[in-house]
Amino acid sequence: MKKIFATLLAATCALSLIGCGGGSSSGTASTAAKTEDPSAKSEGVMTYAEYDAAALDTGVTIETYVQGKQSWWDNKATLYTQDGDGGYFIFEMPMSEEEYKKLTDGTKIKVKGFKSEWSGEIEIVDATYEIEEGNYIAEAKDVTDKLGTDDLIKFQNQKVAFKGVTVEKADDSGAAFIYNWDGSGQEGDDLYFKVSVNGQTYSFTVESYLTGADTDVYKAVKELKVGDKVDLEGFLYWYEGPNPHITSVKAA
Amino acid sequence: MSDYKKPARLKALGKRITACLAAASCAGTLLLTGCHGSRGSNEFVIPETFDTAKSIELTFWAKNDTNKTQTRIYEKAIKDFEALYPNVTVNMRLYTDYGKIYNDVITNISTNTTPNVCITYPDNIATYMTGSNVVVPMDDLIADPKYGLGGSELLYDGPAKEEVIPEFLEECRLGEHIYALPYMRSTEACYVNKTYVEKLGYTLPDVLTWDFVWEVSEAATAKDANGNYAVNGQKTMIPFIYKSTDNMMIQMLKQLDAPYSKEDGTIEIFNDTTRSLLKEIAGHAQTGAFSTFKISSYPANFLNAGQCIFAIDSTAGATWMGMNAPLSDIAPDKAVEFETAVRSVPQYDTGNPKMISQGPSVCIFNKADPQVVLASWLFTQYLLTNEVQIAYAQTEGYVPVTQKARDTEEYKEYLAAEGTDNDVHYDVKIKATKMFIENTTNTFVTPVFNGSASLRDAAGQLVEDVTKSVKRKAVVDDAYIDDLFGRVTALYRLDKTAAATGGKAADLGPLPGPAKALIGTLVVVWVLIGIYAGSDYLKTKKKKAS
Repeated sequence: MKKIFATLLAATCALSLIGCGGGSSSGTASTAAKTEDPSAKSEGVMTYAEYDAAALDTGVTIETYVQGKQSWWDNKATLYTQDGDGGYFIFEMPMSEEEYKKLTDGTKIKVKGFKSEWSGEIEIVDATYEIEEGNYIAEAKDVTDKLGTDDLIKFQNQKVAFKGVTVEKADDSGAAFIYNWDGSGQEGDDLYFKVSVNGQTYSFTVESYLTGADTDVYKAVKELKVGDKVDLEGFLYWYEGPNPHITSVKAA
Repeated sequence: MSDYKKPARLKALGKRITACLAAASCAGTLLLTGCHGSRGSNEFVIPETFDTAKSIELTFWAKNDTNKTQTRIYEKAIKDFEALYPNVTVNMRLYTDYGKIYNDVITNISTNTTPNVCITYPDNIATYMTGSNVVVPMDDLIADPKYGLGGSELLYDGPAKEEVIPEFLEECRLGEHIYALPYMRSTEACYVNKTYVEKLGYTLPDVLTWDFVWEVSEAATAKDANGNYAVNGQKTMIPFIYKSTDNMMIQMLKQLDAPYSKEDGTIEIFNDTTRSLLKEIAGHAQTGAFSTFKISSYPANFLNAGQCIFAIDSTAGATWMGMNAPLSDIAPDKAVEFETAVRSVPQYDTGNPKMISQGPSVCIFNKADPQVVLASWLFTQYLLTNEVQIAYAQTEGYVPVTQKARDTEEYKEYLAAEGTDNDVHYDVKIKATKMFIENTTNTFVTPVFNGSASLRDAAGQLVEDVTKSVKRKAVVDDAYIDDLFGRVTALYRLDKTAAATGGKAADLGPLPGPAKALIGTLVVVWVLIGIYAGSDYLKTKKKKAS
């Protein structure tokens, strides 16, 4: 009797766990790696060039691949995505937390929404999406020589790299980084730091919603010393000019 | 990008929170009880004396405007307070957004890990109070002869109750009790490119009317033969940008004496006046004369680039406004020269101006140990001392909440030094402050109830939606607005507030499948346990009998 009871109890507990797990996995596309053309589009979907040419406040339909998840809040997700030709920043796209968890780096999604601009950042808002079959993770493009040029904006929202840059003082205190843009923050807030290339200084951000205090990049920036030579990777976000969100810092 | 820029709207919202919290946050209603259960404490009773031998640690959740000086003022206030009360340690956690504080407080109510002292808005307190004895009522504390406002046992020179601006203290009343002390107050100001107003052939009045702002804004949309805006010669011009569209709608309705909500929580915003205002706003958005922060960006960025004429934002954002603003996000080569004028928000009746009162208040969360609560109160009250009030008010276009601070020579000298530098005495900031002080009796707040925060969000959503829709070539007519009213009601669960449901718990719909499975499983487990226990009992009884 005890054995039967134990078996039944284990079975019911297992059922219970299934109940707690919630949400079915139906609709999740296979993420099995396979060779595919990340620029190829289904019927009725815009190419990146067509998206780029579309006027603001018009409807757009794109296929893209998740490269980074910035945040989920109030049933809305903000994503950095990219196809073979360009980047798409998707701002506050409605989805549940469970759906958000299904999106991993490389997941292919079809997005319908409106093209919009906010302080120079071109993005897709008021969007809906569906997961599609496919997977692609973009390589970071080296745009070091584009810093300070008008060409940099062509890489907006893409995964980019800045190589062999030198860490400079973040502010008058001589620190290599500060919390928040003016030093008003504390642990867990955005980190700001500066690097120089060819005598010009540029500022970079570790965006705490994308990469928080427990991430390698956050910890790495806190270890930076003025004068360090580093390679950086991140997403080329835009706010009144380039405002890269750095996701990797390594010694050059 | 050689200079840092303040965080964009990515930081305007909180981040990862649980689904339960998200629902509660949206609803701001009885849902909280369902999500978190009732975690009440005993009612707080003021101790006879404050035990200065007892070591007490307080957590203070503060909000700043991403402003280093404000952070330093908080830090100094803590240090000075700890010097007076060496047995008390205050640990500060800094936020830059009220919404994030609100979310975190709600999360921590469920685990009894709320901070001791917290910067907040009264709307949010109404939601915190869903549990029993969560927030400490302050009436008895305020009146206490020893530790109350101006009390005999205080180790600092705090304000007496009569020295707190009465309008601001009353804003902290929820029902029968005061649940917070005001900390700073601001209102909204219209920062005007006076140079462009005059270039368009208009004279800027002392008090703006909505008609004037709309007329000038429409005039500013005229383009030259090259497709540039005639007034600025640029490709970009959004003549009128509003930062907080919830305030826009609320103030418009108040000025027109139109319904918004009642003290008992009855929602009245969906009325013909709102409908008419939305159509008017949509018309100006369609011509490109009007936009919002959420749709376009910070009004200050456009104003300083000569791409906006009327920028409405908080007086607490004054240091970003104008060609000499100490803070700016735009590249120096984008800034243009112009004269900045500061006015109150536009009015429908210039003889009876009305404008919103806003700004942080401070509440205290109840704890099991009354000495800890009393220490929280002493620190809260310390934030109203002249030193803190005057220093913090100078960081932005805030005004001190005590007459005691306003009457000091130090504060009067600060106001008199308007424009003597572009830092502490930046003219636009002090003009905004003076405008608010002159209009203190013209300010108002909306009724606070459980759900009022959602209603406020809904008011802004109406403006945002019509503005966005016409930009996307949609027609904003009665059918559109009927649909919008329905969508916004559902989105913010305004039909689920206590008043809307007659005080009954809102119908949360059928249980989700996984929850049903879980409950069913638990029932099965208990039945099996019962069978096993019964069987065991019978066996034992049988053995004993044999």
